[in-house]
Amino acid sequence: MKKNILGLIFVVCFLACSAYAASDAFKNNVYNPGEMKPVDSMLKVKVGDRAPDFTLPAVSGKNVSLRDFHGKKNVVISFVPAAWTPVCSDQWPGYNIIQDVFADNDAVLLGITVDNIPTLFSWTNQMGKLWFDVLSDFWPHGAAAAKFGVLRSDGVAERALFVIDKKGIVRYIDVHNINQRPLLEDLVRELEKLK
Amino acid sequence: MAGKISGLVAVILFLCLAAAAGAAQNVPPKVGGPLPEMELLKPNNSTDSQYLGLSFFGKKFQVNRIKAKVVIIQIFSMYCPYCQADAPNVNRLYGLIENNPALKNKIKMIGIGAGNTPFEVETFKKKYKVPFPLIPDEGFKIHKILGEVRTPYFIAVKITPNGRTEVIYSRLGALENNDQFLAQLVKSASIK
Repeated sequence: MKKNILGLIFVVCFLACSAYAASDAFKNNVYNPGEMKPVDSMLKVKVGDRAPDFTLPAVSGKNVSLRDFHGKKNVVISFVPAAWTPVCSDQWPGYNIIQDVFADNDAVLLGITVDNIPTLFSWTNQMGKLWFDVLSDFWPHGAAAAKFGVLRSDGVAERALFVIDKKGIVRYIDVHNINQRPLLEDLVRELEKLK
Repeated sequence: MAGKISGLVAVILFLCLAAAAGAAQNVPPKVGGPLPEMELLKPNNSTDSQYLGLSFFGKKFQVNRIKAKVVIIQIFSMYCPYCQADAPNVNRLYGLIENNPALKNKIKMIGIGAGNTPFEVETFKKKYKVPFPLIPDEGFKIHKILGEVRTPYFIAVKITPNGRTEVIYSRLGALENNDQFLAQLVKSASIK
């Protein structure tokens, strides 16, 4: 009986979150994991804290550290759970057309998932040419996500946004419901507060 | 306990039936058939409202209220890479219509931003300088009615004098040839 109920819940949830990643850019290559627990981790930082540093390999081939931007740029970190999944595939392409908004607010964007570089390379290639760095938190697995407290119990990152100012201080945190895309206007509003 | 489980099962079954009913309708509009009924948010700027000929009061409108013989509907998303790449071509289509006295005021265009908020639609409009109205569909409600199509998806609808709609084009993917597309619409809708 319990199994039947769980099965029915799965079907309903699967149908409920199938609207994202409708872009033909991804064709039928997006895997839909169905509805997931909205948040499944405990934050280790709060607004006002110094952001933990990390160094991760980027799809572009270089290593990127958070400290590289200290005193130079504000940083938006966008953790997303996984490549080739619906909501994630439907998030960064939007940021890709607002480079001017980031520039106007003296900010850079770092996209991070726990996928490895080859997977991220293939996936982000479907998004067109991205202006921002995409970093792999694959090994040690999810170490950067864990430092912020956004590594879920199943090993993927939360859908989380961190805005960090030039002094390295966390100014905004949105650990979003993993099943939904954060509103663009919320991020833009927070960027504009940095001025 | 048994009662609680029965109640839970009833709720789940209801959700499943609702989902199944929705899924049953989830097919793209077919050529020759009517456009499904859907209420779109009326543009909040006078330029777009005037372009569509929506002079009445109210916050929403149906496609058959647009003052035109044919309405081209582009289903897009600000987050869709193909839609972003295709935006200049769609703008050119608008230019071809507006610069042709035989088509201007007879063929109108709208875009529906699947899953996009008004802010997100406006961001797309500004980025690509989209000259025609873009309508937000924040909760994917319209997208669902239109069969949860992939994007970009184009639908062309003929509006008869008595306000009925007939789909004359319904296809996934960017338009490969704007001139051929317009010629097809002119023929299908008998525009003179």
